[in-house]
Amino acid sequence: MAEKIRLKLVTPSRLLLDEEVDEVTAPGALGEFGVLPKHISFLTLLEVGEMSYKQGGERHHLALSGGYAEVLDEVMTVLAGAAEYSDEIDIERARAARERAEKRMAELSQEDKEFAAAEAALRRALVRLQVAGKEARK
Amino acid sequence: MATLKVIRKRIGSIRNTQQITKAMKMVSAAKLRRAQEAVLQARPYAEKMAALLKNLSARVSAEAHPLLMGREEKKAHLLLLTADRGLCGGYNANLIRAAEGFLRSQGAEKEVHLTIVGRKGVDYFRRRQVEIADRYINVTNRPPEELACELAEKMIGRFRQEEADGVYILYSRFRSALSQVPTIEKLIPVATGGEEGEGEITEYLFEPGVEALLSSLLPKVVEVVIYRALLEASASEHGARMTAMDSATTNAAEMISSLTLQMNRARQASITRELLEIVSTAEALK
Repeated sequence: MAEKIRLKLVTPSRLLLDEEVDEVTAPGALGEFGVLPKHISFLTLLEVGEMSYKQGGERHHLALSGGYAEVLDEVMTVLAGAAEYSDEIDIERARAARERAEKRMAELSQEDKEFAAAEAALRRALVRLQVAGKEARK
Repeated sequence: MATLKVIRKRIGSIRNTQQITKAMKMVSAAKLRRAQEAVLQARPYAEKMAALLKNLSARVSAEAHPLLMGREEKKAHLLLLTADRGLCGGYNANLIRAAEGFLRSQGAEKEVHLTIVGRKGVDYFRRRQVEIADRYINVTNRPPEELACELAEKMIGRFRQEEADGVYILYSRFRSALSQVPTIEKLIPVATGGEEGEGEITEYLFEPGVEALLSSLLPKVVEVVIYRALLEASASEHGARMTAMDSATTNAAEMISSLTLQMNRARQASITRELLEIVSTAEALK
């Protein structure tokens, strides 16, 4: 595996990752996409979802809560609102968030402004739980 | 001449104060380190965001999005970030002075509304009966991401509903622990910073599309600017407090040493007086 792509993962609170990886998969606005070396220059919106990358035969999973991704000259930059590794996720908290969101959604009507907010919270919680189930990064 | 007892009491009380200021200085130093770290950590995100915005906005006209479009400024809005707590030297006073300056210079030709974060700023303008559109107190403990998100939403809402034609943010930029500079930046309409920087426009594949990306990015940019300002402000506050407490501790030490001198002199004087009395009594008895 000679060819690698540089993955930079930045969140508002820190530079989470800046490393050479083999392959990246991320949740784009128009569906999940994969990035391999020699990818075309590319800019996209990211959805709430699961992102993963492969490095030296190991696959690492992260929960992503939306953002942007840019691929340019063998460098992929991901700007995420928040990102957590699968082993960093607080499962209890995510479960509580899911329950809270489900309750809110049951109470509110679909037209309500807060319905969308609750739905988004539910999506984030579900992604966290899904990613937390995957094996740890090391 | 103060009596021995009085001086001793004063030394005791100054020593207590000194202990408090010393502790506060230490706490501030620790908090400053953390706040400074946060400022540094947030930098890559903000820089990348700005680069992205520049790149995107170079492809569209200025009318592509309402947040980019400037209009005649009849009403301005100032978002002022101050501290909740005092005892940090001139930190709040400097910010308030800068805000007053802004109000004076802009207030002549247009309406200026205020949103104030931090108790010190709120108190000041309330005492002077200046109308405050929105206030946030006791926010120091809230996570700055959350606050930035809320503030950004409010500010964008004001701009959209034409309650303000321009939004400015006034905060204290952190230079070093000794120097914090009140800084005013224009928040909305968003400055793209890409007027002259042409030439290196790379070909991109956009998904979903330039406009959609831009309209999702712009509110985020506002949020990031506010977020960064909040972090800088908090680092500045701790820096200012640390410096203030450091000089307070030094002052207390100086005061203690001068009072100790005074106390020793008073003690010496009373001993001399007693001796004199004894000697003269003995002399008289002969």
